[in-house]
Amino acid sequence: MTPTDRFADDSHWDHPHERRGFFTDTSICIGCKACEVACKEWNRNPADSDYELLGSSYDNTGGLGADTWRHVAFIEQSRDRIEQARESGRALVDLGMPRVGPPAASSSAEPASGGCGCSSGGGGCGSAATTGGASTAQDGDSPVLDTPDFRWLMSSDVCKHCTHAGCLDVCPTGALLRTEYGTVVVQEDICNGCGTCVAGCPFGVIERRDDGLVEPKTQRGAAPMPDTVKVPQDGIAQKCTLCYDRMKDDQTPACAQACPTTSIKYGERETMLESAQKRVAQLHEQGKTEARLYGANPKDGVGGTGSIFLLLDEPEVYGLPPDPRVPTADLPRMFKRAGMAMVGMLALGAVAFTAGDRS
Amino acid sequence: MANADCIVIQGSNMAECHPVGFQWVSEAKARGAKIIHVDPRFTRTSAVADKHVPIRAGSDIALLGALINYVLTHDLWFHDYVMSYTNAATIINEDFEDTEDLGGIFSGYDVEKGAYDLSSWAYDDEDDGAGDGTDKHEQGDEEREEAGGDKFGSGGAPTGASEPRCDETLQDPRTVFQILKRHFSRYTPEKVEEVCGISAADFEYLARAVTENSGRERTTCFAYAVGWTHHTLGAQFIRTAAILQLLLGNVGRPGGGVMALRGHASIQGSTDIPTLFNLLPGYLPMPSVESDSLTEYLGTIGSKTQKGYWADADAYTVNLLKAWWGDAARDDNDWAYHYMPRINGPHGTYQTLMAMLEDKVDGYFLLGQNPAVGSSNGRMQRTAMSHLKWLVVRDLNMIESATWWKDGPEIESGELKTEDIQTEVFFMPAATHVEKSGSFTQTQRLVQWRHQAVSPPGDAQSELDFFYDLGRRLRTRLAESTDPRDRPLLDLTWDYPLTPEGEPDPESVLAEINGRFETGPDAGKPLSSYTQMKADGSTSGGCWIYTGIYADGVNHAADRVPGREQDEIASKWAWAWPANRRILYNRASADPQGKPWSERKKLVWWDEESGRWTGKDVPDFPVDKDPGARPDPELGGAASLHGDDPFIMQADGKGWLYAPKGLVDGPMPTHYEPQESPVANALYPQQQNPARVMFPRKDNLSAPSAGAPGSEVYPYVFTTYRLTEHHTAGGMSRWLPYLSELQPEAFCEISPELAEQQGLEPFGWATIISPRSAIEVKVLVTDRMTPLRVGGQTVHQIGLPYHWAVGKDAVVSGDAANDLLGITLDPNVQIQNFKTGSCDIRPGRRPRGAERIALIEEYQERAGLTVRTGNERITDPQRELNEDPKRPHGEGQSAGRSTARGAGTAVREREEDE
Repeated sequence: MTPTDRFADDSHWDHPHERRGFFTDTSICIGCKACEVACKEWNRNPADSDYELLGSSYDNTGGLGADTWRHVAFIEQSRDRIEQARESGRALVDLGMPRVGPPAASSSAEPASGGCGCSSGGGGCGSAATTGGASTAQDGDSPVLDTPDFRWLMSSDVCKHCTHAGCLDVCPTGALLRTEYGTVVVQEDICNGCGTCVAGCPFGVIERRDDGLVEPKTQRGAAPMPDTVKVPQDGIAQKCTLCYDRMKDDQTPACAQACPTTSIKYGERETMLESAQKRVAQLHEQGKTEARLYGANPKDGVGGTGSIFLLLDEPEVYGLPPDPRVPTADLPRMFKRAGMAMVGMLALGAVAFTAGDRS
Repeated sequence: MANADCIVIQGSNMAECHPVGFQWVSEAKARGAKIIHVDPRFTRTSAVADKHVPIRAGSDIALLGALINYVLTHDLWFHDYVMSYTNAATIINEDFEDTEDLGGIFSGYDVEKGAYDLSSWAYDDEDDGAGDGTDKHEQGDEEREEAGGDKFGSGGAPTGASEPRCDETLQDPRTVFQILKRHFSRYTPEKVEEVCGISAADFEYLARAVTENSGRERTTCFAYAVGWTHHTLGAQFIRTAAILQLLLGNVGRPGGGVMALRGHASIQGSTDIPTLFNLLPGYLPMPSVESDSLTEYLGTIGSKTQKGYWADADAYTVNLLKAWWGDAARDDNDWAYHYMPRINGPHGTYQTLMAMLEDKVDGYFLLGQNPAVGSSNGRMQRTAMSHLKWLVVRDLNMIESATWWKDGPEIESGELKTEDIQTEVFFMPAATHVEKSGSFTQTQRLVQWRHQAVSPPGDAQSELDFFYDLGRRLRTRLAESTDPRDRPLLDLTWDYPLTPEGEPDPESVLAEINGRFETGPDAGKPLSSYTQMKADGSTSGGCWIYTGIYADGVNHAADRVPGREQDEIASKWAWAWPANRRILYNRASADPQGKPWSERKKLVWWDEESGRWTGKDVPDFPVDKDPGARPDPELGGAASLHGDDPFIMQADGKGWLYAPKGLVDGPMPTHYEPQESPVANALYPQQQNPARVMFPRKDNLSAPSAGAPGSEVYPYVFTTYRLTEHHTAGGMSRWLPYLSELQPEAFCEISPELAEQQGLEPFGWATIISPRSAIEVKVLVTDRMTPLRVGGQTVHQIGLPYHWAVGKDAVVSGDAANDLLGITLDPNVQIQNFKTGSCDIRPGRRPRGAERIALIEEYQERAGLTVRTGNERITDPQRELNEDPKRPHGEGQSAGRSTARGAGTAVREREEDE
């Protein structure tokens, strides 16, 4: 795997700042959507709605997009599904994954401590097992819990700020930038709105912004809007910046600041990873084997993500790809094949030429 | 809450409605606490709780009463705590008769008045009523009309004797303990199943969780919100929890208590310094027309000889009068007591509504209130406003209470015509919380200062600026007046310094509330404690419980030392009333000898060496009173408190398992069914709270209950509530696109079973019809709603968020759920029943225009509704309605017993009929 952004990998990291990221612990999310609103307010993103029920539990914004950079999913589940989730989480642990030392022992130079070696390499792989120390996570040790009849999952999704970012890799103008904090942002004055990045993101996060409106409907079409409420960055690619502007002032991103239960945590990526691993081990100890990490595995198709999630079911349940893969991952192989093809063609051409010569 | 070992959230959807406070529940859970959510719906709170227990709306006393019974019968009560700190051993008047004797009614009920005479509930006292003036306060109907039960917000009602007779062996059948035991004996797990729809297993889980997490080492906390208050007996729901917590020793200790989750940012503040008709600042009662002098008024609060801090009510009152009228409040004019408005009956919002409908009200100010949407029976609310001459709406947006005259539902239906409405409506834009400085008092009594971030736009004004300006204009206009009735206004201290922007300085108001020395060497200096207040005019203070907030001239509400830089009590973050004390009655966190009950739960204790109370929190007790002190009862006030009387505001220093006074619908909680209920009261022949406040009118009809003819027309229970995404009646959220897009449309939540039964499609339309109105909403079918088996039948509950309204100005609109509600009130506090009602639901949109009214009327006719329906006070068919409530004791008891037996039979027959 040779992504075009060779600095993305932590092994090449030589910036003065540690890489930053989120840890979103969905097990304590209360679905208040304060993150969605705080994000929109801080970033002045337009409302993104037809003001009709979407038909998806309490979710009425649907998913991440150009205007919604934090999105809370609501999933209602019955007992059967909870048991399956508990089983699949347990299975991730049972897969004979490498046991590594306690997180504290893992140096930042070796983020592989979160790795599970699971062949799929999917973000959905339960790095749960690798949490060392606390993780006796032998499943026999977990208490057997009563399975509730029902549960309501809530999860705040956000841009993953991938180690190998598809959007950044495919951007033809260089508008997408890896910041000094290891995050990925769009430079609004460079982006020309070509939209290549939209297809390049394996998570479907980045999107081009339409001409939305922020006014109440009664005021639409009335007096011309003052400049301040015109939709900013109309037509260009938009996504979460991990509040790059706040970060530069040592401020917490708006969503994490607004989260009342600390479901959204923000900090150095390595610290986030450690607390995520501790938390998943703790839940397994309580018998909640459905818990698993997403994005913590550096060997997954995007090299791990800057935004780590603790999920309580398979990633698909939350609308997350189980096995995200940066599209440029196949480039070397493709180049090789193309090269081989070219050599073959040349050879054929040469043969044809000589053959023709003979004729 | 963070210190609790178990938290029971009941009557509250805390994660959704108090998400910021919920961080402490999250914190407790992270520390290992068990979180249980008891609620009709599976909400976002249930989603993060350890267990959700579905309950039928309005049946909470049956559940809590059964927990009390469980604790008593399994001998799980905290003996040392209960014996020393509660009134368990106190002996009650021999005239008292319980619901056990009288078919679900207490002694003293007057059928004609529909109210109780409270005198038979009193403590046994040889000198009952002698000379302390308290006998004036025994008529339940008068108390109800003045919402008397609400007056003693931080204390208890006067009891007469401060040293009532006791039996420490608890054997006397007239002790509170024995009465309590008998009263709750019929609240069994079987009844819980029958009344609440909660299985025996779930009850056992709850009972074990609560009792195993109580005692010396552990504490359990209850949290409630309007899911408990918005009923016809809401005050008694909370009383039941309070009794349980006292029995378990969970009051005054870290992680204990009954946490009242107050709604908006400063709802707590709005009762401390009240916007209520029956209260003055600091929970002093509003004077009644019967109290002609200050002395008479003070007699209604308490006496100088009673125990505890209410004995100093004279000082609190005189200081308030001095703060308001300054030099015009003098010893020789009763400290300007006669300037005070006095009340002659109920002046609550619903009584005002009725007066408006009768054209008795000319003008109406709406300040941060949207009754067209947020109050019960929206149609009555809007119709009543059309009777006004003028209406002032001060709000952030053009809310429906300001626009009902042009695009409200009654305009659509043709009941009102814009051109016929004579009401002149003034809209005054208000500044938001970020556009003004001031304080918020939150749910934990913490007063936090708020700094202005930006100037208000355009003409928008803060409340402070508006009222200061209004007062100034009125005073200017009346300046030449010689009419004595204008003196109170002209003599007010209306002299706040102005900020550079020309607005009154909010800190100067805080300083006035705090109080200051008026005379003597310290004249002009701020008071630092309410104990410095004198009743001789030498001090002033606008709200005695807030004294100290401005001590030494420093605004302590603005204290901002981060939590990480101080201990867990965090006393340097803002200021909590009273005296910056974070846990009330914390003397009870130590044992009678003054030692902490356990190391794990220590908070304050008696330090033998220094001879003082000390600890982590500010001790809520006279700081130098020895735990063994037994002072002369004649001293009165704080001086006569015993060393083990932690409930320093109560006239006997004890926590009340039984309330001898102060409540108008019973000294102990009793389960009654809501005004409209699908089932008969399985505990008593009395169906509803016999003392509830009713408005039997054609525009406020009720559905029949309990299988009576016509009840099948409105077979389902609906309950109204909030969502995280919106703010109450929507004035602060439906105008904001960011919030509106999160919950854009009015909807109801129903179970898949009900959807199938009624042919309702997910996210299709449904029409919901109650005896008051018909609305249309989208349908959210979800397993989060559970049909309950109650009393042999299936009860379907329909959830209805109430944020939307009909109007053209907001980003999103929809039918208003509160239009479905009738108006019936709790008699203690005059609060409306928002939480239960009867309705029908059917697929499709509602009819438009006049046809909507026709639909409502067709239902009413089919059910045979009259103004009497559901409004009978006494429902026991065996009970003599004209019996003499003042009959001699012995006779009454025997009559009562036979009544109860007869009634039991009647109920069984009724059940068989079903």
